[in-house]
Amino acid sequence: MSPAYKILLLDDEQDLLELYRDILRQLPSKPDIQTASSGARAIAVLESEPFTMLISDLNMPKMDGLQVLSIVRRKFPHLRIVIMTSVLDEQYRSRAYAMGVDLFWEKPTNSAEIKLFQECVESLLGRGAAQGFRGVQSKSLVDIIQLECLSQSSSVLRILNNNKEGRIWVLNGELVDAVCGALNGEEAFKEICSWKTGNFEILPSEPDRPRTIHNSYQGLLLDSAQAMDEMQSSPSSESVARGTSTRLGALARVDGVEFLMEIPFDEKKKEETWGAENAESLVAWARQTTKSFKQLGEKMQAGNLTGIKGTGVQRNVGILLREESLLTVGIRRTVNTDHLDETLNAIRTQWAS
Amino acid sequence: MGLLELFGRQDIKGLTRLPTGSFTVDASGRILSSTLPQIFPRNFVEDIAAAVLASFKEGQKAGLPLSDLVINYASLKITARELRGGAIIFLAPLSIKRT
Repeated sequence: MSPAYKILLLDDEQDLLELYRDILRQLPSKPDIQTASSGARAIAVLESEPFTMLISDLNMPKMDGLQVLSIVRRKFPHLRIVIMTSVLDEQYRSRAYAMGVDLFWEKPTNSAEIKLFQECVESLLGRGAAQGFRGVQSKSLVDIIQLECLSQSSSVLRILNNNKEGRIWVLNGELVDAVCGALNGEEAFKEICSWKTGNFEILPSEPDRPRTIHNSYQGLLLDSAQAMDEMQSSPSSESVARGTSTRLGALARVDGVEFLMEIPFDEKKKEETWGAENAESLVAWARQTTKSFKQLGEKMQAGNLTGIKGTGVQRNVGILLREESLLTVGIRRTVNTDHLDETLNAIRTQWAS
Repeated sequence: MGLLELFGRQDIKGLTRLPTGSFTVDASGRILSSTLPQIFPRNFVEDIAAAVLASFKEGQKAGLPLSDLVINYASLKITARELRGGAIIFLAPLSIKRT
């Protein structure tokens, strides 16, 4: 059986390479250990086959550890990187962490330190499949964007995900622009937010960047989270949607529609739903709301109830009425008030026909 | 003449003019302030408040938290905005538009 993990050791001193190889071979996961004595050689080895982890010295001739690190981090964003050095300078430590290393370790000098080092490496190897963005451990990209916006920062976030690259421009805590391949603006931002792993770096701000994003970061992050939730639950909601009427499916093609529920006033008759999660509670809410406002209208002699419209932080909703049934329409939150009326009118027309 | 006067007066007394104005209500349905004319029956105001608050509350329970509600009748528009469990509610009668 081939080892689960592969580690590449990089150091310019051959004796140390052999010593570390022996130390790492004692790990419980029994990783495959390979060695390289120069940065160029290490990069060539990494390009030739996949590795789980790179353990590199910092102080090396020609290409030093930080130079190797900057290349490796860009080319192999999933690779775990450990810096092991005898250079005890706080500046190097912070620079290395800023460049996205997972561990900065002083070269062990006694058996206790060796044991600790082994435990750390073993733990890091086991974390390979975990999600999260590198550079700031245990933080998602959403956390990082929120952090930048809440602190009113101005910066450019450069995010790498496999061979894809995205950039997000933040100016005084507001999202200004985003680019990802051919996409830009909000579309690009949502695409980037859908990435689950990768690597990021914070570049200096570009205050003159033209603004293409006009929504708030909270709203966009909410939309992205919602889209991701929908993607995760797509098989079930899809089947729910397909299992019901094709007529509602046709109405759902109107831009901005999230869900539809046609509810007969006669409670003995079954309602039809399209794309609605939690349909039972929503049906009960729509029935009760319509009923109470109908009664109110009759009491006040205000004429027939013609419709109800609601706006909310998660989604908007409209209730359209016909003689025997009502149609509840869930509409994306991003559809503004003017467009909401247009959307509801378009659905009303199609529903009536 | 006396007979006509009797029927006529009774009919006029039964009509309630739909008001223009607003009122605020707390989470328990208590009316806090109002710019509605006093002639508009108090129980109507309370019924509107109850229906609006129930709609907000039940919507929240159903996973549909709403901040605003617009209820359209043939001759009245009710607009409500949620305020920390209570609401501010606007009433605006609709008239036939002259072109």
